[in-house]
Amino acid sequence: MKDQTKTFVFDTDSAELVEKHIAKYPDGQKASAVMPLLDIAQRQCGGWLPREAMDHIAGLLDMAPIRVYEVVSFYEMYHDKPRGKHELRVCTTTPCWLRGSTEILMACEKELGCKVGETSEDGIFTLSEFECLGACVNAPIIWVDDDYYEDLDPENTRKLIQALRKGEKPEPGTTVQRHKSAPAGGLTTLTGSGG
Amino acid sequence: MLSDTDRIFTNLYGLQEWGLDAARSRGDWDGTKDILAKGRDWIIDEVKASGLRGRGGAGFPAGLKWSFMPKESTGKPHYLVVNADESEPGTCKDRDILRHDPHKLIEGCLVAGFAMGANAAYIYVRGEFYREAAILDAAVQQAYDAGLIGGDACGSGYDFDIYVHRGAGAYICGEETALLESLEGKKGQPRIKPPFPANMGLYGCPTTINNVETISVAPTICRRSASWFASLGRENNTGTKVFCISGHVNNPCNVEEEMGIPLRELIDKHAGGVRGGWENLKAVIPGGSSVPCLPKSICDDILMDFDSLREVKSGLGTAAVIVMDQSTDIIAAIARLSKFYKHESCGQCTPCREGTGWMWRVMERLVTGDAEIEEIDMLLDVSYEIEGHTICALGDAAAWPVQGVIRHFRDEIEDRIKMRRSKTAA
Repeated sequence: MKDQTKTFVFDTDSAELVEKHIAKYPDGQKASAVMPLLDIAQRQCGGWLPREAMDHIAGLLDMAPIRVYEVVSFYEMYHDKPRGKHELRVCTTTPCWLRGSTEILMACEKELGCKVGETSEDGIFTLSEFECLGACVNAPIIWVDDDYYEDLDPENTRKLIQALRKGEKPEPGTTVQRHKSAPAGGLTTLTGSGG
Repeated sequence: MLSDTDRIFTNLYGLQEWGLDAARSRGDWDGTKDILAKGRDWIIDEVKASGLRGRGGAGFPAGLKWSFMPKESTGKPHYLVVNADESEPGTCKDRDILRHDPHKLIEGCLVAGFAMGANAAYIYVRGEFYREAAILDAAVQQAYDAGLIGGDACGSGYDFDIYVHRGAGAYICGEETALLESLEGKKGQPRIKPPFPANMGLYGCPTTINNVETISVAPTICRRSASWFASLGRENNTGTKVFCISGHVNNPCNVEEEMGIPLRELIDKHAGGVRGGWENLKAVIPGGSSVPCLPKSICDDILMDFDSLREVKSGLGTAAVIVMDQSTDIIAAIARLSKFYKHESCGQCTPCREGTGWMWRVMERLVTGDAEIEEIDMLLDVSYEIEGHTICALGDAAAWPVQGVIRHFRDEIEDRIKMRRSKTAA
């Protein structure tokens, strides 16, 4: 990743996406594209938004820069400081808490050697605690970059982190024997028998 | 139990493909042109007659909501906005519709959008659902390519566009006017109503905001008839509902069931029962984190619908059933929800901004028992000062779980305070 803290422009791939997103909104309502553009810029910059990227977006969308900074600080998914290579976000809201998210979080801290809100020493992981991720019937959950890992326990949490550290990408979704949000014990509906 | 033939979300678990061909084989996009040909009033009347109430939490009659839109063009665009910012703790039903049955939602956007005279729909998907939004985006593209939406949608002569917009992690954007602010590129802070969105919504234009599940069931209602939908459940609580059963059950799952199914039957039949058996049940939050919890004694025979749950001072909400067995520290479980609301308060209204943090701090002390008995009533009083005194319902949503735990578990809270006191004295 090149140093983008001095200047920022969208690269060719990003620029194509930027056009696509701006086109979704009516004339005179370009500001609506601020969220998708921030997301594109953040991905291009390796997971965070340098001030120059925000200013560039403000210019593109005819917004006052402060309006863009406000959006960045309001929403949880934008970051104005560099992060680890992987975002490790552990859901700890009540449905996950009931199914052991405290132990998941402890396993993460132990395996990573850092606390919530910190980046591991090797710079690979930033660990955070997150509010309800909306996959509660597959609790507990960790959200890694763009994917959910579900039905976790401390042991497979450690394995997940070790695999990511090695540069592997374990199959997202549930880590136990079940299909998505269907009950683990076997289907009780949609069995194809009509009943 | 609901028969599979009466289920709407026949690909809830993604056992089949989500794409257009598979969706068509499940009956989606069948005769959509004919539905539109029956006209706006017919669709709205059919949805009214079906008794469909909004599936996002508030349970407002859907057809009635649609009828608030201007009958004639105002000269401005009219919008349908779909709330896919699913973030209510316990709730994960819309996620399954987005990733496994996206064409139900897309067809629903066209049918509902046409009925309310909308020119376009924006679907606001929570930012965390990156994969789900990508599938929805691809499904929208399929629908465009097949001529089902866009200019002359389904050959109906009606032009209708659909756009997918991703959020970026803010529970408050599930509040409809905060969602509109966010969609306009601003901080997601709720607007004062009136004006209501039907008159002045997105970009100041007439707008209706509906939950994913509400919109997704509309085409099936039009195809199978209002009377079919209304024959399921009971009066004023009709149809099917996707329930999310989480927490201390043997097999947590999502399942589509008939409205009004007994809670116990729902848990026993589909979620493999309460961990350790029904007698091991302590409490259930029946409709997502915002609704008050219910003790086992009420859970024993309560029915899962809007009116039944309202009668016991709780609510169906999003039908997210959070089950807690006897091992649960119920005070800590609710305190964690108080922390959630403190974190998610947008900070606009003082009672909510200050009150959610205050309630959380007191709840945390109640967890350890480091409090005075009188503080329980003080907490209750403060919760009533927050409820109803804010622009949006987040203040209410923060107050209700606290009120619920005090209503049903006051003894336990008092015992903990007394126990700590006796320990300190010793």
